Amino acid sequence: MAENQREVIAGLEDVWKSYGDLMALCGLDLEIRAGEVLSLLGPNGAGKTTTVNLLLGLAKPLQGSVRVFGCAPDHPKSRARVGAMLQISAVPQTLRVAELVELFSSYYPDPLATKETLRIAGLEELEKRPFGELSGGQRQRVLFALSICGDPELLYLDEPTTGLDVEARRGLWQQIRTFVERGRSVVLTTHYLEEADALADRIVLLNEGRSIAEGSPTTIKARVTGRRILCRTRLHTSEIDGIPGVKSVSSEDGLVEILTSRAEPVVRELLMRDSDLSDLEVIGAALDDAFLALTTKKEAA
Amino acid sequence: MNTTAQAVSQPRSLTRIFALEAKYELLKLLRMPAYAIPTVLFPLLFYVFFGLVFGSGRMAGPVNMPTYLLATYGTFGVIGASLFGFGVGVAIERGQGWMLLKRATPMPPLAYFTAKIFIALTFSLIVVLGLFALGAVFGEVSMPLPTWLSLAAVLIGGALPFCAFGLALGYFCGPNSAPAIVNLLYLPLAFLSGLWIPVQALPGILQKLAPVLPPYHFSQLALSQVGASTGPSAWISVLYLALFTVLSLGLALVGNRRDEGKTYG
Repeated sequence: MAENQREVIAGLEDVWKSYGDLMALCGLDLEIRAGEVLSLLGPNGAGKTTTVNLLLGLAKPLQGSVRVFGCAPDHPKSRARVGAMLQISAVPQTLRVAELVELFSSYYPDPLATKETLRIAGLEELEKRPFGELSGGQRQRVLFALSICGDPELLYLDEPTTGLDVEARRGLWQQIRTFVERGRSVVLTTHYLEEADALADRIVLLNEGRSIAEGSPTTIKARVTGRRILCRTRLHTSEIDGIPGVKSVSSEDGLVEILTSRAEPVVRELLMRDSDLSDLEVIGAALDDAFLALTTKKEAA
Repeated sequence: MNTTAQAVSQPRSLTRIFALEAKYELLKLLRMPAYAIPTVLFPLLFYVFFGLVFGSGRMAGPVNMPTYLLATYGTFGVIGASLFGFGVGVAIERGQGWMLLKRATPMPPLAYFTAKIFIALTFSLIVVLGLFALGAVFGEVSMPLPTWLSLAAVLIGGALPFCAFGLALGYFCGPNSAPAIVNLLYLPLAFLSGLWIPVQALPGILQKLAPVLPPYHFSQLALSQVGASTGPSAWISVLYLALFTVLSLGLALVGNRRDEGKTYG
């Protein structure tokens, strides 16, 4: 595949990382290729932010190697070629948008013009506003502007839209796309499948510090966008588990919960085997359920 | 410089990074009345009160009270500018994640700290010049020019040990508690070191305690410029403050290491 022929510009090799007793990463391998938008998708605590911090040299691995543009990640040479939008709460409140961009631009060898940075981030109207007077969505756009002002070859976006409303989220997606059009590489962490699907070329699913699946958004969606079937039935869970297409079954107080990728054939089969089946409900599975399904399958295998 | 966005990008230069860092540190604080007003006004108001109104016509050892207190309120003001600019500034910027974001850039870390030192020195200079003006105009403080200059130099130079101490506090205080903790250290230390009223006017037990405190040594160095020191010889005070600086920097380094190991996942 053409994807695989792209040059690897950064990566983790068998990286282990812990915080106290908590294992954050357990032997993670990751390759970031030139010109791709890679999304690290996973629930909270999956190790996404840890991975970004390691790639930025803000944290050191317990074991394993982290390389960015052929250097150690905290080397000024690699730092000059990357940009980062981190999950931070604020920057100095009294500085104005254009001032913050001017300051951060000065750190980089070949930055974008301040005007261009503000244009990409959609901040032209706000350049003279102090950071403290901005809304949540506008603040995220300022942090985005600070991450791209150095015209980085590799951009890290750590949960860029967490806490934003739908409109602000879609606005920021548009700004991220405008930057991606420049042909740069992006690592985007998120716990929204929708976000990874909207922006990424490739998704790596993380759970409990391990990569549990990898592929294009289409492939991953097929694996994780399951349906959840709830019903009361006299069928035994082991029998339901045998129905083709069923990923997992659990039962609590007589209410059976079935995870599957396609609900219709499973429901048909259930009704055929148990015509007295009641309280039938089919709902779209939350991402967390989908992760659960993927991880339990993996352990069972 | 205007704040309108530049249409062309400028190449990286270390001088420019250091200059912009200092410029925006200054702008940041000037636009923050909660920092700028107390830092500059409190020492001046205290000096007017204790030095000019109550001190008028009194003597403090070999010099008049306004001259004596010019040195000690100068010390008080400089320590305030250093502790608040550094300690509270670093604690808040750690809490916000501003420091973390900067660490992820190719900014030379020295630029961040140099800017903060430069600004602490600038605010110190503003306070010292304000006090000098008040003393000369309303307090009948009259000294030969070299004495004015050496007093100013000692006061500004004395900012450095307290910048180091502020930095250490900044690493160990939370962003919300930092202003309170700094005040709880700053105000009692100032009083007990004889910065508000001369140390010889303090109760006997406190007079014995004062030489343990770093601000006392700073103030005695300032007082020795106007010929009113009652402390140990200057080199002991210099040595004491040097040791205090080294200890503070060591503590700051420990805090910095602790911080860098603590980027959550």
